[in-house]
Amino acid sequence: MADSSKILREVNFHVTRYNPEKDRSIHVRIYKVPVREGMTVLDGLHYIKENLDTSLAWRYSCRMGVCGSCGMLLNGHPTLACNTQILHIATTDLTVGPLPNFKIIRDLVPDLAPMIEKHVSIKPHIVRQNEAEINSTEGEFYQTPEELEAYLQFTYCIKCGCCMAACPTLATDVGYLGPMPLTAAQRYNIDTRDDGRKQRNEQTGSAHGAFRCHYAGECSRVCPKGVDPGKAIQYLKRRLVLDYLHLGSRKKPCARMHGPGEGKPLANVPPAPARTV
Amino acid sequence: MRETKYWTWHMAAGVVILFLLGLHMLIMHLGGFTHLFVQNPGQLAVSRANSLARDGNLFFTVTYIMLLGVALYHGLYGLRTILFELTLKPAAEKAISALLLILGLGLFGLGTWAAIVVHFTAVRG
Repeated sequence: MADSSKILREVNFHVTRYNPEKDRSIHVRIYKVPVREGMTVLDGLHYIKENLDTSLAWRYSCRMGVCGSCGMLLNGHPTLACNTQILHIATTDLTVGPLPNFKIIRDLVPDLAPMIEKHVSIKPHIVRQNEAEINSTEGEFYQTPEELEAYLQFTYCIKCGCCMAACPTLATDVGYLGPMPLTAAQRYNIDTRDDGRKQRNEQTGSAHGAFRCHYAGECSRVCPKGVDPGKAIQYLKRRLVLDYLHLGSRKKPCARMHGPGEGKPLANVPPAPARTV
Repeated sequence: MRETKYWTWHMAAGVVILFLLGLHMLIMHLGGFTHLFVQNPGQLAVSRANSLARDGNLFFTVTYIMLLGVALYHGLYGLRTILFELTLKPAAEKAISALLLILGLGLFGLGTWAAIVVHFTAVRG
């Protein structure tokens, strides 16, 4: 087993620096970071902060590829700093920059607010005609494993913004909704509990909606969670066109059951133990 | 849903263009094999006699006008899409849409007039 305490080499971190209160323009500073086996880029940034330059700013939280806070541009590739080992992508030099297609708040911190606003605009939640129905805690909505499987991969999105940073359309059209919000729209559109597709179509089918996607596929390539936004957007386009032509069946959203045992019982499943509370 | 409508017609226009271009290839470039609409077999498809024969045929006049319409719509919608990706103000987007609509209708009117005039000229001989 490799000794993770042993320094294997020094890597030059070419880090983008920008403080809007002090700097006139973006510039790059180089830091020498001693790299051990298994060290992530996030660890490298912590080393710089603790030993070389306390003013360096970046965003992070979970350190395990779940929260999506530490999305940044590593060697020109948008990805998560906590999920990327230095020795896997660099030998002597490593460029670290903020995610493109976003304004920079400071150093490696992108302003994700426009992305979140677009996300909110597509109503990323279950929409029912009867709002009281969804807010009631009585009963649950029945959904088959196949129906869950249809949208499951799109739920893995952690809103890190890597797909938005990789999108060539978003680079020129800042009004374009982008891969993350469009994927979220598709995720809820195909959820059988949802009845909000018509409302979302207004936004996803707008002049800066799904039809602006050129299907470059970069969003799908860079997603650190294996989500396929490119696929979601093509499905979304197809559904928009079919809805316009009034083609395809329009199923009603699944009904709510008012307690355990009201759905179809599965064969050969032993009964649940008696309730203790 | 207005953009969805534009996009759907854009796709439909693309399919019609493919069909009409296929017809064009069969008649104009593979006429020696297909013998489609060749009035004067001894001459090339682009010869004056064969051109006049096609122009005098109502099917071709309608086809020309249809190709002009779908090509203009497909092309100008594509141009509008490219321009919209330059992050314009809503007023500029509206102006571009209006300009392209006027340009498209103008070119369609001119082309249709030309096709009809040529048709009657060919019919009269």
